[in-house]
Amino acid sequence: MTDLLRRLVRTPQGAIGLLLLLVLAAVCLFGPWLAPQDPEKIDFLGRFRPAGAENWFGADQLGRDVLSRLLVGARSTIPMALAATLLGTVIGSVVGTASAYLGGRWDEAIMRTIDAVMAVPGLLLALLLVSTLGNGATNAMVAIAVAFAPGMARVTRSVALNVRNQDYVKAAIVRGERGSWIVFREMLPNVMAPVVIETTIRVSFAVMLFATLSFLGLGAQPPASEWGLMVADARQYVHQAPWILIAPSIAIAVTAIAFNLLGDGLRDAMNPRNER
Amino acid sequence: MSLSWILRRLLLIVYTVFVVSVLVFGITQVLPADAAVTLLGENATADALAAIRDRLGLGAPIWMQYLRWVGHAVTGDFGLSMRTGQPVGPEMVAALGRSLLLAFAAIALMLVIAVPLGVVAAVRQGKLADTLTSLVSYLGVAFPEFVTATLFAMLLADTLQWLPATGYVSPFEDVWGAVQHLALPVLTASVILVAHVSRMVRSETLDVLHSDYVRAARLKGLPERTVLMRHALRNALLPVVTIVALDVGYLLGGIIVIEEIFAIPGIGRQLMVAITARDLPSIQAGALIMSATYAVANTLADVAYAFLDKRIRYD
Repeated sequence: MTDLLRRLVRTPQGAIGLLLLLVLAAVCLFGPWLAPQDPEKIDFLGRFRPAGAENWFGADQLGRDVLSRLLVGARSTIPMALAATLLGTVIGSVVGTASAYLGGRWDEAIMRTIDAVMAVPGLLLALLLVSTLGNGATNAMVAIAVAFAPGMARVTRSVALNVRNQDYVKAAIVRGERGSWIVFREMLPNVMAPVVIETTIRVSFAVMLFATLSFLGLGAQPPASEWGLMVADARQYVHQAPWILIAPSIAIAVTAIAFNLLGDGLRDAMNPRNER
Repeated sequence: MSLSWILRRLLLIVYTVFVVSVLVFGITQVLPADAAVTLLGENATADALAAIRDRLGLGAPIWMQYLRWVGHAVTGDFGLSMRTGQPVGPEMVAALGRSLLLAFAAIALMLVIAVPLGVVAAVRQGKLADTLTSLVSYLGVAFPEFVTATLFAMLLADTLQWLPATGYVSPFEDVWGAVQHLALPVLTASVILVAHVSRMVRSETLDVLHSDYVRAARLKGLPERTVLMRHALRNALLPVVTIVALDVGYLLGGIIVIEEIFAIPGIGRQLMVAITARDLPSIQAGALIMSATYAVANTLADVAYAFLDKRIRYD
């Protein structure tokens, strides 16, 4: 593990991604204490105040401090995206591994069905689910997880097919182990590495998807300072105060970039051919 | 490409549309909102509600409702919109046409930018052009459509006032107006695609440049330009067909947001309106048509790929 970390930090993407994510994690954990002001404090004299000593990133249409809202809003953005991706990964990797284990006609049927489900664009599937479950952050999270599961199943299955042919799995089958035991104890642990890479990169999509749902009014609800919601609010005031729009936009982008970099770094670090 | 392979592909499309229809119907039918209440409002009398439930067949078992819906859908009849009372099918198909115009324009723009970008990055691997390209692609995939759309609109429509901020003009009425109104949405839609595809083109080109036949062509003493154009690019660009087809799914999702922001009456905006109004027939028709479009696009790409790549035999 420490060896992997060392190799990860040696790749430029991994080092930058890890650093950015540490900062973001700190913001998620300590955001409310780091925020210089109360994110909900309304100050009508300070409406649309540009960035300066009083408000480092400026103030919004109600005179609320944009930096404070960003720092506190990280909590309603990043953990939800993480949870959605993890849930989608768990569902997807169990289905994918099971499909590879079952093989033959079952595998064929499961994979063709998954291909068919993937014909529904991710955002559309999430929209349909949220409209059924009802608006809100938790429902948006579940919707994203479900929308991600088929893709994860496909990735896991292709890795699991290789694992399926390894001797230790064959040995377990010959020993007469139960199917669930083989899937969960023998196969799943060994398909983890590529799945972790895929998951990491997908978190950045989840961040964007979650912010998009919030932007459309279906995800996080006001007064949360979720970043997509902040962009939606800021659109009307672009003329007076572009910074209330730009700040959350950059926050979303930085988060997405951080996870993408980490994913690419992990891919390089986990690839034995890149041993130097 | 054998006949049985094509038949199999066609069967897969049918299966895909079937699964999607079950999915769409299943998700929308369990909507907590009661369709009858949506139609008549909260204050409707119990008798009126019962009457309309009877008329819509809401009392029948769910699989009966599904069969009835599918039976009508295959003839293009998706029912009447709960919001406007108009037939949903023709409205959605017209909207799809406007969305496809946007989608094709975005793909064309993306190819014009992404392919040269990826090839140059591969040829100059590790040089400045390569670094810049990978920077562009990292930035490109990091901004969701609603952010890019808003930033572009802020810059090009509000500040510079080069382009109209929202609206749609039919190209059959006013070509120049249509181009102007489509410019921002197309630009927005192409950003993530450019970022993704240029990266793919780069890695495909790199693979091909390191292949034996390219080495052989070089050893024959062919000029580098000929090696690149005649030998490398043809093979490197082939897989891009598949990648572009997969991105169509992403594009269709993005179009929902883009049409909503730029007020383009395409299928994405119709869907958003339908979802907000809980207009069941419209949601079902929109979702099914959109997904079927994607399934067809993927199959076409597979066929094109098999057709272009003579080495591959599908049995």
